[in-house]
Amino acid sequence: MPDSATLEAVNIDQDAGNFSYPEDYQHDAGVGLSEATIDYISDVKGEADWIREFRKKALKIFEGKPMPTNWATKDLENIVFENIRYYLSKGQTPTRSWDEVPDDVKQTFERLGIPEKERKFLSGVEAQFDSEAAYSNVKEELSKEGVIFVNSTEGLREHPELFRKWFGKVIPTGDNKFSALNSAVFSGGSFIYVPPGVKVKHPLQAYFRINAENFGQFERTLIIVDEGAEVTYMEGCTAPKFETSTLHSAVVELVAMKDAKIQYITVQNWSANVFNLVTKRGMAHENAEIRWIDCNIGSRLTMKYPGVIMKGRKARGEVISIALANDGQHQDTGAKMIHAADETTSNIVAKSISVGKGRSTYRGQVHIPKHLKGCKNNTECDALLINSSSRTDTYPAITVRGNQHATQHEASVSQVSEDQIFYMKQRGLTEAAAMSLSVNGFVNDLVREFPMEYSVELKRLIDMEMEDSVG
Amino acid sequence: MSQSLKIENLHASVEGTEILKGLSLEIPKGEVHAIMGPNGSGKSTLSKVMAGHEDYEVTEGAVFMDGENLLDLEIDERSRAGFFLAFQYPHEIPGVSNANFLRAALQARLPKGEEIDAVAFYKDMYEKMDSLSMDRKFTGRSVNDGFSGGEKKRNEILQMMMLEPKYAVLDETDSGLDIDALKIVAEGVNRMRSPERGFLVITHYQRLLDYIVPDVVHVMSDGRIVKTGGKDLALELEAKGYDWITDELVATA
Ligand SMILES: Nc1ncnc2c1ncn2[C@@H]1O[C@H](COP(=O)(O)OP(=O)(O)O)[C@@H](O)[C@H]1O
Ligand SMILES: [Mg+2]
Repeated sequence: MPDSATLEAVNIDQDAGNFSYPEDYQHDAGVGLSEATIDYISDVKGEADWIREFRKKALKIFEGKPMPTNWATKDLENIVFENIRYYLSKGQTPTRSWDEVPDDVKQTFERLGIPEKERKFLSGVEAQFDSEAAYSNVKEELSKEGVIFVNSTEGLREHPELFRKWFGKVIPTGDNKFSALNSAVFSGGSFIYVPPGVKVKHPLQAYFRINAENFGQFERTLIIVDEGAEVTYMEGCTAPKFETSTLHSAVVELVAMKDAKIQYITVQNWSANVFNLVTKRGMAHENAEIRWIDCNIGSRLTMKYPGVIMKGRKARGEVISIALANDGQHQDTGAKMIHAADETTSNIVAKSISVGKGRSTYRGQVHIPKHLKGCKNNTECDALLINSSSRTDTYPAITVRGNQHATQHEASVSQVSEDQIFYMKQRGLTEAAAMSLSVNGFVNDLVREFPMEYSVELKRLIDMEMEDSVG
Repeated sequence: MSQSLKIENLHASVEGTEILKGLSLEIPKGEVHAIMGPNGSGKSTLSKVMAGHEDYEVTEGAVFMDGENLLDLEIDERSRAGFFLAFQYPHEIPGVSNANFLRAALQARLPKGEEIDAVAFYKDMYEKMDSLSMDRKFTGRSVNDGFSGGEKKRNEILQMMMLEPKYAVLDETDSGLDIDALKIVAEGVNRMRSPERGFLVITHYQRLLDYIVPDVVHVMSDGRIVKTGGKDLALELEAKGYDWITDELVATA
């Protein structure tokens, strides 16, 4: 059991996220998207020409690509790109001390408990407010070992030789419409480099906060972990409950060199007006391991399929995903496993919970080509329905060619029955507590794999969400 | 205010069919009453109506617990007010350990902001499990998941011991128990007998009542109490069978 100090430290109250401060932005790219928007962003950031060109090329690709409504939800058509604000910042440059962070920004993160968590159990923190980071710090002993943890603007400016090599290589601009959009207007996000052999003991944490209405947040994260090195990265996200929709469209690229290990944990708690359309993929070299732990709670629509390209022999990829779709929400999540070398292993465990009219979709893609030997995949998707109007769909696509591989696929759908809730209520639990305990029971075996702090946080978020759902 | 569990002219139906047809009885605090009756006479329906199951519509009558009408309360409020039902068919809760479930149930009884004392909780739970000869491994297993019939019944009694209700209804707690388990469960119930607590023991067989000796025995048939007597009534029923009651009813009708 976590002690009470830890419990308190990780306690992010969902409603504690439902507040915003007046908008007084020094830099505002205005509404709508054009080449001028890109020039504005590039000018404010003082970017190198290659980045400006990279952005403009991406804009063309974005404009040329149709919405993926042929396979995905028509709700995407409700995103009005002309009404979105693509860049907002208070002109802050990230400081290494909370004292220098602008007051209202600092208050935001204090209300969310970030500085306290940092003291308690993190190796480094980056806190992004709308388009730019406001705070970024990594423990001194880590910087001495050569660990770099900065925002994307600084990463591209200060360490181009390191980051340019992999930037946009794991996820090409044209991967999908939203990766192209991100490539055009990205701002913020983390750039991390861990030198060979360095095992970062405590997690690095990024926190993404949307404060403004009609805003699009497009952070870009690139994590490179060199040979034999290890890191755990954790991201958390919130936004206030606005009337109109907000867009969050990130691109996250991971590179694990030989024998490296990356664990990337997301505990997302977007409010119900956010379109959350994120592309995440990692490349695992020989004997490297990439593990995505992805918890999606909240948002109006989430589309996210973390992937691993297993490029070197004996590389391993894993996606552990938990999605909770409450009334009016749609969680369209899954995983993508591309086996590109012999003896590579992938594991997918996806659990979804649909409450009320909430809708969950699982999409998986596992690709094992014919010329490879000794690859393994295990896929498991379980759906839990709480009340009959919930909806769940599963689209597993497992293409395995050749016969020298082992794959296993299991899927299940279960219900929290009224009699189960009745039984629990007869013991004195409220409806919300009974539902929450049932949901926690359903994801329990996955949550046990999380670092303790995040399992406590996830449990709290589930509690809040169930409170909301019974009103 | 009368200190009793009092059922007054209770009528309840399911999907338009009346199952309880004007049932009345009163269990004063401190007493143990038994209800016996043939299968299908409505015993489980009575227990679930008292607990507040939404499948059943109460069309008439009331259930007073120490003067308060239980039917005015939500299911969970009834529980926290001190009403406990040991189910005939306890439900499974996948993924939720017995310990966590009990803890949540006890936590629900504390005022907001107050936390359960984990050390005291485990100590108490282990003692009670020992008294029921339950293996400690049960604390980590999911509630009723993969339990045998007998294990489920013991678990119901454990929950009752932990929650210390004012009134407990035990619905066929003896079914599925071998004689040793029956004795253990009966001892558990007997230890809980007190002037501060009332029991309604529902059973199909007289056997249980050798170990939990009731103060009063009611016979139920077709949604009503048709006969009430002392503990010897159970023996008489056992000897003569339920037909004796139903025949007698027909004769007096
Ligand atoms: N949920 C229900 N739906 C339909 N019929 C029910 C339901 N519950 C009970 N009944 C009916 O009510 C009658 C009494 O059942 P029950 O209360 O289980 O009897 P007992 O416990 O005395 O054996 C039976 O005829 C049974 O079929
Ligand atoms: Mg019954």
